[in-house]
Amino acid sequence: MNSYQSEFITALLDPDKAVPAGLSDPQGRPAGSRFSVYRNNVAVSLTEALKTAFPVICKLVGDEFFQAMAGVYLRAHPPKSPLLMFYGVDMPEFLTGFEPVANLGYLPDIARLEFALRQSYHAADTQAIAPKVLQAMPTDQLMGATLQLAPSARLLQSQWPIHALWLANTRNDAPKVQMAAQDVLVVRREFDPEPMLLGTGAGAFIEALGKGRTFGEAIKTAGTGFDLTAALGILLGGGVITKISKGTVT
Amino acid sequence: MPDGNPHMFDHLPKRPGVGYKPQHYSDILENPGAVEWLEVHAENYMGDGGRPIAQLRYLAELFPISVHGVGLSIGAEGALDADHLARLKHLLDWLNPASFSEHLAWSTHGNHFLNDLLPLPYTDATLARVSDHISQVQDVVGRRLLLENPSTYLAFDTSDMGEVEFLRALVARTGCGLLLDVNNVFVSATNQKTDPLTYLNEFPMDAVGELHLGGHDSDADDHGAPLLIDSHGCEIVDPVWALYAHTIELAGAMPTLIEWDNDVPNWATLAAEAGRADAILTKVAP
Repeated sequence: MNSYQSEFITALLDPDKAVPAGLSDPQGRPAGSRFSVYRNNVAVSLTEALKTAFPVICKLVGDEFFQAMAGVYLRAHPPKSPLLMFYGVDMPEFLTGFEPVANLGYLPDIARLEFALRQSYHAADTQAIAPKVLQAMPTDQLMGATLQLAPSARLLQSQWPIHALWLANTRNDAPKVQMAAQDVLVVRREFDPEPMLLGTGAGAFIEALGKGRTFGEAIKTAGTGFDLTAALGILLGGGVITKISKGTVT
Repeated sequence: MPDGNPHMFDHLPKRPGVGYKPQHYSDILENPGAVEWLEVHAENYMGDGGRPIAQLRYLAELFPISVHGVGLSIGAEGALDADHLARLKHLLDWLNPASFSEHLAWSTHGNHFLNDLLPLPYTDATLARVSDHISQVQDVVGRRLLLENPSTYLAFDTSDMGEVEFLRALVARTGCGLLLDVNNVFVSATNQKTDPLTYLNEFPMDAVGELHLGGHDSDADDHGAPLLIDSHGCEIVDPVWALYAHTIELAGAMPTLIEWDNDVPNWATLAAEAGRADAILTKVAP
């Protein structure tokens, strides 16, 4: 016997499908548009969840377009979990393949940034180390040390000016957007995540630290033009470093 | 891992409460008015940390909290989501709320969560499955669950018992309690052309641990018959207030929640609705 819930859910997500049989109004007539209440609830609530998750994407493409796009997205990618706070994880890939926005190549990375902000917002609370702990370490020890980074810190490396675009769509006093590749570290000092623009090599440096490379190795990865002081300013100022494991002095 | 919360609120007061919205955080602390307890949707507090959990932890020191799940899908044909049940247990363990409730509905099927409270046919097969799920939930979380009556928009031809009869049987089988949503009674009775007073008069009030009140939208079906939609997006209408007063006459004073989840109003408007419930509670069950 077919499961009525399978049939119900298929028809919910596809407005072209007939209303499942066996559903009636009080006179025993086919439920008809009564079923649409459920269809509408699903579409409206999931569209709302996506709007909340991706306000900058919504601003960039316009409200009306976003609504229509959300309708396509929610049918292609219905939520897989009742944790709607994380609904939209597939949005970057969806945008990459969504023909009508093919000319807006930066949208997927903006979506990644918005999702990273959301993950950061709900990430575990951690205690950052005091800057002086790091500053007081002898250089040779520091070079061999590995750092633990807060789960609220999220790194994004992009070929697009994602930080400038994000600012331009969330702040009134933002500078004009110039074409540039931008790396961003989302940091959360207490409760409000903030995307910090990273300088040359800092993305590679932080990525290496996140993978458990030593401080010295991470600096090498960062390459030429890397400003260590600026990068440490962001890490320490953003409360990103939660632990330093001393390396072996050789 | 959050600390345990050994607070003293082990039950909801028989007074007005509201569904908590973060935008009201400061207002609630400054001027709660008639509001004596808060309800939160469980799923909004299943992140690892950050502001939501910090706020909830603080509010729980000041107000009794009711945890209201919207994602467990107790009526699902398939097994309950073990991961979700574990997250729920974690939340209930650290928060130790005054009450815990869920819905007579389903929302998950296979790999998909549809974020709506979908309807069930009232049959022996559904009764057996929902009973098993409620018992499983109560065993895992170690608490009594209050199950909420749904708003319905259509009927299943296979249903062969009434909703009240169905809920009564669930209580008998599982020992769960009930959350009586008076707006849902009005919405469903209008949509199903039944009498809301009969529904309330037959309802097992001794199993009820909490009442819900909320706003609904009005529409019409294909034949022009009234079709009310549970929207939680506006003020409670007079006929629902009248049913509420009737419920209090039948059941005595009850913890009463004002639900307003969409187009959330300012605190003054929400607190005024709580004040209206307070007036009825005080008058009917002083």
